[in-house]
Amino acid sequence: MATINKNAIQQVVTLVSNKRIGAYHQILLNVGDVVKSCRPGNFVAIRVGGDSSKMILRRAFAISRVADNSQYGGTMELIVAPHGSGSKWLCSQQEGAEIDIIAPLGTAFGIPTEPINALLIGGGYGSAPLFGLADVLKNRGCKVDMLLGASVGSKIYAPMEGKRSVNSLKIYTEDGSMGETGRVTENLLDIVRDRNIDVIYSCGPMAMLSAITALVAETDVIHQCAVEESMACGVGICMTCVLPVQNEDGTTSMLRSCIDGPVMDGSHVRWDLVGKVPEALA
Amino acid sequence: MTLPVDMSTTLGNAWFPAPLFTASGCASSGKELAQFFPLNQIGAVVTKSVMSKPRHGRPTPRMAETPSGMLNSIGLQGPGIDSFLANDVPWLLEQKARVIVSIAGETVEEYSTLARKLRSVSGISAVEVNISCPNVENRGLVFACDPDASRRVIDGVRKTIGGDLPIIAKLSPDVTDLPSIARGVVDAGADGLALINTVLGMVINIDSMRPHLGGKTGGLSGPAIKPVAVRAIYQVHAALPKVPILGMGGVASGRDALELILAGASGVSVGTASFGNPSAIIEIQNELRDLLAARGFATMQQAIGYAHREEA
Repeated sequence: MATINKNAIQQVVTLVSNKRIGAYHQILLNVGDVVKSCRPGNFVAIRVGGDSSKMILRRAFAISRVADNSQYGGTMELIVAPHGSGSKWLCSQQEGAEIDIIAPLGTAFGIPTEPINALLIGGGYGSAPLFGLADVLKNRGCKVDMLLGASVGSKIYAPMEGKRSVNSLKIYTEDGSMGETGRVTENLLDIVRDRNIDVIYSCGPMAMLSAITALVAETDVIHQCAVEESMACGVGICMTCVLPVQNEDGTTSMLRSCIDGPVMDGSHVRWDLVGKVPEALA
Repeated sequence: MTLPVDMSTTLGNAWFPAPLFTASGCASSGKELAQFFPLNQIGAVVTKSVMSKPRHGRPTPRMAETPSGMLNSIGLQGPGIDSFLANDVPWLLEQKARVIVSIAGETVEEYSTLARKLRSVSGISAVEVNISCPNVENRGLVFACDPDASRRVIDGVRKTIGGDLPIIAKLSPDVTDLPSIARGVVDAGADGLALINTVLGMVINIDSMRPHLGGKTGGLSGPAIKPVAVRAIYQVHAALPKVPILGMGGVASGRDALELILAGASGVSVGTASFGNPSAIIEIQNELRDLLAARGFATMQQAIGYAHREEA
């Protein structure tokens, strides 16, 4: 009887399409019924490199969105930046390729039971899972605003169809090549106040998640963030992807971002201790 | 289900229906893998080395993938023995899994304290005494690199734990004369040996131009170290043919498991392969059974150390 990873299925699936979008690849996998248990925030662990590869570890990717009844049956969409040898291999796979996946893994974004004002913030390809989340929030009657940021315009992922599920979308680039010049944190507190934001959902680089947490620390806003820490297994057995997280009693535990995350309450993460070790337990 | 090959094995006086085990530190306490295969289908779950107190381990980054391998630098993060015995062991026994508890300490006394706590726990098949974790602050603490310290740890555990529970000493390959260290711990009371722990390594990040891991050094595991494991098991089995060896190091297929058994392993642990494939252990066990059958072995135990037989 499994108590952890309890919806996860390991299976070999077929790649349905692989399209380049800006700096990213949009990869669609025909995964079947497992889409029914995928929630926004969950991730997939993919074996890379083929059978004779020297790459022995899976690569974790946020599930961008799933569809239950596309022409292929259940499909899963990933937005992949080809920057390491594993992600480059995945981005080089053609239609019809067989891909070994384990999904869904990890925690999901908490969905409110009543309509709220939600602000979704994505950095780089971190925006990918936010569009699926926006659909779910919209269906619950929430007001959904979105801020996306990246270093350059080609690294903004904002699909046309995704824009329909948000009430507003504001884009920032550091070089000003798209949207406003600057970062998503630029006028964050003004936006939170003007739009009566209840919950921020974020996904992107750790520095961005940490900065958002610091900005909203003095407000009542709940900050749910999807963290990114390098993982060896994705299923909780290797203990490499840990983050310092504050417990209710004030002590700090090193929690696995694969099974206790990737979605965490930003105010619980001890961002100041990331890359360090908390003081010895009493 | 009928088995064409009797796959059972023994480590000291402990009997196991199957010869594949998890490797300590690569299966946590079993809960995470239960979704992928029934834990009672393998020989035993060897739990992550536990210390007397809860421990945070080393800072991140804790991992670096290397060609056909990986470095880890976890540093024995864990809940401490009391929480482990209260929560993890009962759960494993409920699953009808066999359990080998791995313990690690900073001092000879800590190992004895841990052994004392295990003495009264029923349902455990054996204790693995990990004296070879490379991820400690001071390499001087790697008992298994010092013949005298190794003996003292095992002697303390043996005296504390009493007669019945088999003691398996986990040794490091990072020594000059492994058979003499093995002989020392067996003389001190070890019933079996776990070979091999990870090999000490380092990766330097060429962007930061500093060691990549938070703990600077890490343990190398995965297929890259399999030949080191085969050599270590072969050497120790040649020196101590009656001492059972739980073999491990880069096993990722039934062929790899068979190689370790032919070298002298009575059982085989799968570690890093589970990171890439959580059902690896069960797949390897099935492949091994077919390979043994194809070579005419009626029992797995007939294959143990078969590579040492005299030329016909």
